[in-house]
Amino acid sequence: MDGMRFLNAGEQGLVAEFGTSIDPEINRRVHSTGALIRAAGIPGIREVVPTYRSLLIYFDPLTISRRQLIENVRSLVAGAESGQASTFARVIEIPVAYGGEYGPDLEFVAGHTGLSPDEVVAIHTSVPYLVYMLGFTPGFPYLGGMSERIAAPRLEQPRTVIPGGSVGIAGTQTGIYPVASPGGWRIIGRTPVRLFDPGAADPFLFAAGDYLQFTAVSVADYGAIGEQVAAGRYQPVIRSAPDKGGDKH
Amino acid sequence: MISIVTAGLFTTVQDGGRWGFQAYGMPVAGAMDRYAYNIANILAGNPPGAACLEMTVTGDTIKFATDTYIAICGADMRPTLDGRPVDTWSAFPVAAGSTLACGYAVRGCRTYLAVSGGIDVPVVLGSRSTYTRAAVGGLEGRKLKIGDTLAIGRSDTADNRPLLLPDAYRPAGAGDEITLRVLPGPQDDHFTAAGLATLFASTYTVTDEADRMGYRLEGPKIEHGGKADIVSDALPQGAIQVPGHGMPIIMMADRQTTGGYTKIGTVIGPDLALLAQAKPGDTIRLSQCSDEEAVDAFGRERALYEAAAAWRASALGREQYPPRRFTLTVNGQNYSIEIREE
Repeated sequence: MDGMRFLNAGEQGLVAEFGTSIDPEINRRVHSTGALIRAAGIPGIREVVPTYRSLLIYFDPLTISRRQLIENVRSLVAGAESGQASTFARVIEIPVAYGGEYGPDLEFVAGHTGLSPDEVVAIHTSVPYLVYMLGFTPGFPYLGGMSERIAAPRLEQPRTVIPGGSVGIAGTQTGIYPVASPGGWRIIGRTPVRLFDPGAADPFLFAAGDYLQFTAVSVADYGAIGEQVAAGRYQPVIRSAPDKGGDKH
Repeated sequence: MISIVTAGLFTTVQDGGRWGFQAYGMPVAGAMDRYAYNIANILAGNPPGAACLEMTVTGDTIKFATDTYIAICGADMRPTLDGRPVDTWSAFPVAAGSTLACGYAVRGCRTYLAVSGGIDVPVVLGSRSTYTRAAVGGLEGRKLKIGDTLAIGRSDTADNRPLLLPDAYRPAGAGDEITLRVLPGPQDDHFTAAGLATLFASTYTVTDEADRMGYRLEGPKIEHGGKADIVSDALPQGAIQVPGHGMPIIMMADRQTTGGYTKIGTVIGPDLALLAQAKPGDTIRLSQCSDEEAVDAFGRERALYEAAAAWRASALGREQYPPRRFTLTVNGQNYSIEIREE
């Protein structure tokens, strides 16, 4: 458990920090430790929030002291590391209609990178992306692992409304807007799948620690999947992947 | 049922917050002034966590379709019931057809209206709180407007006598200048000693950019020792973010779940109620405190809820006894004595 630091985030907040950079291995430790803490059912813990590189643990200081909580987390981590730490990641397929009406900036990204639109799509769909964390808006994934070959700058003038499901590129990052919102990312496609449905029994399509695999679909397939989503019949394609995913930097 | 006759500046349905989904990027939301919200529910006889209306700066005019019992706590919006003034930090019955009018907050910023049985909007992800930026919870995920109607939950309480909260359970007289206690961290080591000293020695002014998401302050610049940006981590309620410009931003109920600016410290939970009542132009002082002091303050807040609930029970219980009358004979003279319990 080298490098784990405990920081103060108010009398009801404890940060367990695993590093200060964006790194798949640091992030893996964040999620595995978060899962351990949730599974342990420690009385007084209210919520555990994973991020790129740390966990924020909300707790009731009248039920468990900060010192006791730190001891509990330390012993959980020590116990897990001496034993087997087998976790498997989920890979969730995200069907995307690239270009045209759904991806108005695909041509720009192609022009900027010197690739054809088809090549941009081929690279974007070539590897699964690690969901480092969710934030910004409910269900918004911070993804890692996109090839720098398709990196593109943000819009100089952000759009006032980007439709929900839009898939974009900003610098070397890629992501999906779960709900309609303003934004400056280059939009290369759109998925008909709902990432966030507050009324559903399972309101979020994926969690931090999962992988997303974009797949290119035709406009006709986009429509067909959209109808399934609207009717509540859509079943996302989810497969398990070995721990060492394609999240190279 | 209640209906909105005239709408306040920014009135939303709020409860204790949408806990448990920050891992998915869902902000907690919930009442900004946790203390006034909790006391309003206690006075109204509601269970903890019942949904209330949170009114901001100017309140609403609200018509009641049925007989009910309500409590008003927080900022003084000079409320009237059918034209007659009623007290803030009090609870009283309202008859069907009555109208409650709340005006401009002459002191403080946010007022909570608890209705016996709670405001009954659909529960979304475990909470009725409104998070307007993603249109989640509350009434259609938005602030209330003229003509809106809200259902009221079934009430378990049969009490209908007026109650006025004693001073002992009211917040200490918050003036135009408030002091908030701060625990340093999690990134206090990104600041110079001079930067930390500035934070704790200066007065800051609340800017116009002060809402449910956060309060931007203006004052002496806080000096970073290194970079002002970090790889994003989680934002606790009360976190004091300091971007490169050196001005603090205190994160409140609707804050995003993660953020990429350094956080010099966290305003302790019990003191956030004071900030929730601050308006643009008000003055803020920040004082450093220890974890022990912060936990102690947190415990005191919880003890106050228990004491206020006990006071309510006994206040209602005592009034059930009619005045006792005695006849006393002193030196052959008969005196009639009536004893009332206050």
